[in-house]
Amino acid sequence: MKGQKFPDILRKRKSEILEGWMKRQLSLAGKGTTPDELRKQCVEFLDLLENLMQNGGSLDPNDPKARPIIEFLKELSKDRVLKGFSPTETATFVFSLKEVVLPLLQPLAKNEETFTHEVMPLSILLDQLGLLTFENYIENREEVIARQQLDMAELSTPVVKIWDGILALPLIGTLDSQRTMIVMEKLLQKIVDTAATVAILDITGVPTVDTLVANHIMKTVAATRLLGAEVIITGVSPAIAQTIVHLGVDLSGIMTRATMAEGLKLAIRMTKQQTADERRDGINPLEKGIAAMQPAKGQKGPR
Amino acid sequence: MVTVSRSTRLSIANEIDLVRARQEVRVQAQALGFSLVDQTRITTAVSELIRNMMKYAGGGTMDLEAVRNGVRAGLRIICVDKGPGIPDIGLAMKEGYSTSNGLGYGLPGTKRLVDEFDIWSEVGKGTRVTISKWR
Ligand SMILES: Nc1ncnc2c1ncn2[C@@H]1O[C@H](COP(=O)(O)OP(=O)(O)OP(=O)(O)O)[C@@H](O)[C@H]1O
Ligand SMILES: [Mg+2]
Repeated sequence: MKGQKFPDILRKRKSEILEGWMKRQLSLAGKGTTPDELRKQCVEFLDLLENLMQNGGSLDPNDPKARPIIEFLKELSKDRVLKGFSPTETATFVFSLKEVVLPLLQPLAKNEETFTHEVMPLSILLDQLGLLTFENYIENREEVIARQQLDMAELSTPVVKIWDGILALPLIGTLDSQRTMIVMEKLLQKIVDTAATVAILDITGVPTVDTLVANHIMKTVAATRLLGAEVIITGVSPAIAQTIVHLGVDLSGIMTRATMAEGLKLAIRMTKQQTADERRDGINPLEKGIAAMQPAKGQKGPR
Repeated sequence: MVTVSRSTRLSIANEIDLVRARQEVRVQAQALGFSLVDQTRITTAVSELIRNMMKYAGGGTMDLEAVRNGVRAGLRIICVDKGPGIPDIGLAMKEGYSTSNGLGYGLPGTKRLVDEFDIWSEVGKGTRVTISKWR
């Protein structure tokens, strides 16, 4: 694309193009992009486009000259994904420019020579840029969705028996609403079923521990203790530990360890201690359980 | 004087919005060079405010602003809802006060996690909480 007239036209009539282009996008302004921001984006894009065309107009991603405009569109798409723009609203950025620019090229379109060498290549270039924006949008959107899915992952996480008398429950995602309740119930049921004495609750996969999550943890610990078992919380990063303290939530009565491995070590020690106690007392856990129930019966019965 | 260099508005209606908002806050805090602990503090504070908006007001909007005060960079977050409002802000700010059987640490905890905290509320109109954290 040599000796083109379009970069000239672009340079000379930039403010006119800018105004027309802005007008076509005003309906998008309410969506979190302010008119000022939009104007900045448009001006930057026109500069990049001018540069690109002066450098031959190739959109080859390996061409360093094409990189600025490609990067710019990537950023724009990402921004719009986050702001909740639809794919069409995002791609409109480039396509609406085409609507403004093509009429300006009318005189060139009448001549076959300039039509082939000027109008067509520009039209194709703008289409490519529009599609690129579209593609970036989809890519970003997929990334966002994937991250969200991971984060919101249905807590189908199984409660696993990792050692004799020890259960582990890795929690993942935002610990919200009912899902947490279901998981907690599962844990309590499994404690009863397996006669476990220690449960390790690993929260490495929980991105944010706020008061709601802390409350769930505290309730789980309380319920587990009612069943005669203990809970160890693992996967508390230093940053999360500090934040919990700042929030003011008191988890001091709860056993915590930084890693699952340390939690397991502690749990094994606890179960061994318990077995040793029982051996010393000379009764097996079942007898002990029955024994524990006797006084209750005795108290109720007639004296 | 505080100037806003970048502003993003997210509307909050459900848990997906909560996740998205927290991620966006974390990413921007990271980009501004906040330490990991501070990133966690800001994200947790935002989580509290958004959960309150969802629970008590059925949703609202969050403005996330990259701000500057001279050489200092910071993040400012404004959560606005058109919910029932808070009749007694002093009470709501007290540790352990909750009308929903929560821990009641959300608002007072949030205040401790950030550098600046401002709450406005009017019964029948809604609630607005503004927090800032500086680098
Ligand atoms: N956006 C809001 N609209 C109306 N009322 C609110 C709002 N935010 C907070 N409140 C009121 O203030 C009280 C205290 O809020 P706070 O976040 O400190 O505790 P909580 O939400 O009850 O429990 P948690 O510790 O889980 O956050 C709430 O119980 C509620 O009555
Ligand atoms: Mg709360």
